[in-house]
Amino acid sequence: MTDPKIRFEKVTKRYGALVVLDQLQFEVAEGEVVTIIGPSGSGKTTVLRVLMTLEPIQDGIIWVGGEPLNKMWSGDRLVPASEAHIRSVRSRIGMVFQNFNLFPHMTALENCIEAPVQSLKLPKSEAVERAVELLEMVGLDDKRSHYPSQLSGGQQQRVAIARALAMRPKIILFDEPTSALDPEMVGEVLTVIRELASAHSYTILLVTHQMGFAREISNRVCFFDQGRIVEQGEPGRLFESPRNERLKLFLSKILQA
Amino acid sequence: MDWQWDFTFEVVLPRLWEAAGVTVYATVMSFLFALLGGLILMLLKTSRFRLVSFVAGEVIEFIRATPLLVQIFFLFFVLPQFGILLPPLTTGILAISIYNSALTAEVYRAGLQSVPRGQWEAAKALNIPTHRVYQRIIIPQSLPPIIPALGNYLVAIFKETPLLSFVAVGEIMHASKLIGSQYYRFTEAVTIAGIFFLVLSLISAVGIRAVERYVNKRILH
Repeated sequence: MTDPKIRFEKVTKRYGALVVLDQLQFEVAEGEVVTIIGPSGSGKTTVLRVLMTLEPIQDGIIWVGGEPLNKMWSGDRLVPASEAHIRSVRSRIGMVFQNFNLFPHMTALENCIEAPVQSLKLPKSEAVERAVELLEMVGLDDKRSHYPSQLSGGQQQRVAIARALAMRPKIILFDEPTSALDPEMVGEVLTVIRELASAHSYTILLVTHQMGFAREISNRVCFFDQGRIVEQGEPGRLFESPRNERLKLFLSKILQA
Repeated sequence: MDWQWDFTFEVVLPRLWEAAGVTVYATVMSFLFALLGGLILMLLKTSRFRLVSFVAGEVIEFIRATPLLVQIFFLFFVLPQFGILLPPLTTGILAISIYNSALTAEVYRAGLQSVPRGQWEAAKALNIPTHRVYQRIIIPQSLPPIIPALGNYLVAIFKETPLLSFVAVGEIMHASKLIGSQYYRFTEAVTIAGIFFLVLSLISAVGIRAVERYVNKRILH
């Protein structure tokens, strides 16, 4: 493999005096499924949010598919990125949120065609065709004219996944996709993510507290603490023989719960 | 009580009916300008340029902190000093519009802020262009809280129009005062004026409810 799909180069994110990402070095290879775990406040969600450009970073460079995201080339120098540049790089990334964030005034189908029509300028018929396929894939083709308020949490999250995929991203970010769900709905969402991880070529970055699931689908698990990766490795090894004391403590707390 | 029906039907009703047209015209024009003015003030207040947003904020505060009647008098007597001679009705509509713009600006701002941040984030993650985000996602969702509030201001503006009688605009209140002083009979004219206001208020309330229901059905389901 050549360039890594995602590379964080000494990325620092601060909220005032609070350092959330501390000169973070982090790489994800093409097609890799990486899970980020860690205690709350460790910066794990922030990794996804800065990658999606929902939050600015104060220092460092984020690379996506060999191109800088928060900077751009001007000759052979890197200068702060323009809005157009950010938009073009960002178009390779899709995100699924903890609280779904579906558009409540649009049906499941309309949610999935909005961005392809408004952003990719696809003809509506083509966007609909693709959205229907995706809704079928997540098992909700019969719910296409339902509004989010008429769907269960698990169904809403599956629509949200279809909506993200409709933009044909290469990279998908999952920010605690099952944390807001009732327990009986977690499985249906995980099934969809599992399918994406195994049968497609997406590069996936997942933040979750579902350790069993992380272990099952990830190529690599990264343990974050205080804005840095404290330990990372192949999931079997990391969960069975953690080396770092804080990771051991974290796992023992999680597994007790 | 001394109530004369023939006086009511022959004098009061025809003259107040005519004046009601002025009241409705002043209300509708003031409301439309207040809708537009509020939008402009809100955009200025949320401007990226600190100076612009500061000045807009102060202007809004100033307008809200002074009585409408004072503003009407001010425009009526001060504008001519600067060579701006407007008919009383136009001056009155201007004053009511400006006053209510400061209030509707706040309604718009609150409406936009009521849309959860997650909606912005989802739209950004989907790379939807900013103007489309406003047009397709944020504004439609901000309408359900905005419309009833704007409806209240429509009724409020309607009830503010009698203030224009102070600058001799021939609206309902002014007409009834004139009838009163001309015939030395106030009971019929003032009572009918009150009934006119009541009926028009009720009609607008029904209209606002209909718009509200329509928007909620389209947006909230």
